Amino acid sequence: MAYAFSEKLEKKFQWLLTRYPQSDAVLLPLLHEVQDEAGYLTPDAFDYVGSRLNLSPARVKEVASFYSMFRLNKKGKFVLQVCHNLSCYLAGADDIVKALEDKLGIKSGETTSDEIFTIERVECLASCSTAPVMQVNVWDYHEALTPEAALKIVDELRSGKLAMPSFDDRVAAGGEA
Amino acid sequence: MTPAHPLENRVVLAGFEEKNSWTLKVFEEKLGGYVAAKKAAKMSADEIINVVKEAGLRGLGGAGFPAGVKWSFIPKNPVKPVYLVVNADEGEPGTFKDRQILEHLPHRLIDGMICAASAVNAKTAYIYIRGELRLARLRMEAAVEEAYKAGYLGKNIFGSGRDLDITVHPGAGAYICGEETGLIESLEGDRGQPRLKPPFPAISGVFGGPTVVNNVETLAHVPGILIKGAKWFLELGAGTDRTSGTKLICVSGDVQRPGFYEIPVGMKLSSLLNDICGGPLPGRSFKACYPGGSSAPLLRADEFDVPMDFDSLAKAGTMMGSGAVIVMDDRRSIPEMAMRTARFYAHESCGQCVPCREGTRWLASILKRLCRGEGAMSDIDKLLDACDNMKGRTICVLADACAMPVESMLKKFRSEFEAIAKPDDQVEVTIPKVSGQMAALMESVRARQMTK
Ligand SMILES: Cc1cc2nc3c(=O)[nH]c(=O)nc-3n(C[C@H](O)[C@H](O)[C@H](O)COP(=O)(O)O)c2cc1C
Ligand code: SF4
Ligand code: FES
Repeated sequence: MAYAFSEKLEKKFQWLLTRYPQSDAVLLPLLHEVQDEAGYLTPDAFDYVGSRLNLSPARVKEVASFYSMFRLNKKGKFVLQVCHNLSCYLAGADDIVKALEDKLGIKSGETTSDEIFTIERVECLASCSTAPVMQVNVWDYHEALTPEAALKIVDELRSGKLAMPSFDDRVAAGGEA
Repeated sequence: MTPAHPLENRVVLAGFEEKNSWTLKVFEEKLGGYVAAKKAAKMSADEIINVVKEAGLRGLGGAGFPAGVKWSFIPKNPVKPVYLVVNADEGEPGTFKDRQILEHLPHRLIDGMICAASAVNAKTAYIYIRGELRLARLRMEAAVEEAYKAGYLGKNIFGSGRDLDITVHPGAGAYICGEETGLIESLEGDRGQPRLKPPFPAISGVFGGPTVVNNVETLAHVPGILIKGAKWFLELGAGTDRTSGTKLICVSGDVQRPGFYEIPVGMKLSSLLNDICGGPLPGRSFKACYPGGSSAPLLRADEFDVPMDFDSLAKAGTMMGSGAVIVMDDRRSIPEMAMRTARFYAHESCGQCVPCREGTRWLASILKRLCRGEGAMSDIDKLLDACDNMKGRTICVLADACAMPVESMLKKFRSEFEAIAKPDDQVEVTIPKVSGQMAALMESVRARQMTK
C-alpha cells in the first residue's frame, strides 16, 4: 500500500471521527481531503481509506463513483468546468465550450496530451445571474464569460499569470476582507 | 454590493452589504447577532415551535412544508438522539440563494440553528453544503469555529442547559443529495439514493435518530421571528392572510437585471420581472419562465400576473419551488429548453426507480432527436405519455420534477414541437409506447424495496 495519510491529514481524520456517531460518515469529507492532496483517487487510496474505516476498497470506490466531484482518473492540472445548464445555455455556454474545445484541440471530457487542461461540461454552479459560468479546479469562479474572456483565462493559466490559490490561502476567506 | 431595490425587503439578507458581514464581530455589533439564540435559551421547546407555527414560516427548500409543524413531529422522549440537518446542497438549476446566506451571513444561520435545535432537543447538527461551493463551506466553517470560541456552541449554551455541536459536511456533486433522504444517506457516508418513506426522517433519519431537515433560508428566518414575533412576520407578506414573510428569489435568463432579490411573499411575478428586474432586454418580449427552478412547470408571459406565493403558484398549475425564476424571451426555442431540462434530470437520476431512470433518459433522447429535426410528429404524444407514466410512481419526486416542466412545455407550446417534427412516414425509426411496461417494472422495484 503506497498511499498513506500525511501527518496533517491524519490529524484531520482523527478530528473527523469525533464529529459523527458512526465512522462511515467521515467518508465524503475524508475523500475530499485525500483528493485535495493526491489530485485524484487512486486504487491505493481506496485500499488505504477502506482499511482505516473497516470498509472494503470496493465499497469505498462504489460510494466515490456515485459523486461527480470525485476523480477516479488523473485529469489535467486545470479542470475547466463550464456550466451547460439552463441559465448558462441561455447566456451562450455552448459558445464557451466550443471556443475552449477549438483552442485546446480536445472535446469536453478530454484532457490535453500535456495534461494541463481538461474540459468538462457541468450542471448548474449556483451563479446563474452572472451566466455563463466556468469554475476552474473547484476554486475560481469566472462569471459573465465571453468566448474571448474564456480563451484569455486559458492563456493566463498556462503562463502562470493566474495561479490557483491553494486550500490554505482560501481559509483566510473566513477572516476579514 | 448593490443596495436593495425599493420594492425589496431584506430580512434574511439584512446586513448583506455590510463590510465583513460574515464575521462574528460585525454580526454581533451591527446585525443583532445571537439575540435570538439568547432569547431561545429562556424559552421552552413548545414556545419556540408555537411562535414559528403562528408565523406561518414555510420550508423554503422547495416543498413549502410549514417549519413549525415539521418540528412538532419530532418525538418528545426519543430513544435515540435527535439530529438537526441543514440542507445547503443548493443544486436546483437557476438557484443561487442559499449561497448568499452561507457566504455573507453564516452566523445568522447558526443563530437560527440554535433556535431550531432548542425546539426539537437536538444536540448535534450538520450543515450539508454542496461540495462545489467551497467559499461557502470555508466561510461557514470559520463561523462555526468563531461561535465555538465565543462559547455559543458546545455545552450549556447561553446558560440554557442545552448543548449543541455543529459540523459542516461537504457533499461531492450529486443533485439528488438535495432530496432529504438522499442527503441523509450521503451524510452517513453512502451513495445518495433516496429512501422509501415512511418512515419519515422525523421518526428515523440520520444515524437512525429522529431528524429535522431544513433548508438554509428557512432556518435563517427563525431569528427574526423569535425576536420580532409571529405577527411581524405575517405582515411582511404582500398578499392575503395566507402569505407571510419574505422570500429570496433568484432571477436569471433574459431580463435586464438578473440577480437575487428578497421580496415580500405575494408580490406579483410581473412586478418582480418588470419593476425590479427592468423588464425584457431591449427590443425583446417575454415568452415564458420557470417560476420556481427547473422543476417548476412553465408559465407563459400572459400568465405572469400571478402572486409569488406557494398557494397562488400551485393554483396556477406550477410551484414556488426554490424561488428561481428562469426567464426566456421571444428568441428562445421551447423544445431546446425541454431537451436541456430532461438531459439534466437524466444525468442526475440516481437510478433506483425504473420510471425515473428510463423515463428521464427516454425524454432526453426523444427530445434530442426532435431538436435535431429527426423526430416524428407522433413523438409528441409519446413524450406526453412518458411524462404521465413518470409521475407519482417513484421513491422520490425527481421523476416528477423532470416530467412536470417538460409536460408543461409540450402542452403550452405544442406548436413549437410540431413545427420541428417530421410526418411519421418520413422518419426511419418509430418509438414504441412506454405505458404499462414501465408501470409493471416499477411495481417490482417497489416490492423489492419494501422487503429490504
Ligand atoms: C430532487 C430534489 C432535490 C432537492 N434539492 C434541494 C436542495 O438543494 N436544497 C433544499 O433545501 N431542498 C432540496 N430539496 C427539498 C428537500 O427534500 C426538503 O424538502 C427540504 O430540504 C426541506 O427543508 P425545508 O422544509 O426547510 O424547505 C430537494 C428535493 C428533491 C426531490
Ligand atoms: S425517483 Fe429517480 S432520483 Fe428519486 S429515488 Fe427514484 S431513481 Fe432515484
Ligand atoms: S445554470 Fe449555470 S450557474 Fe446556474
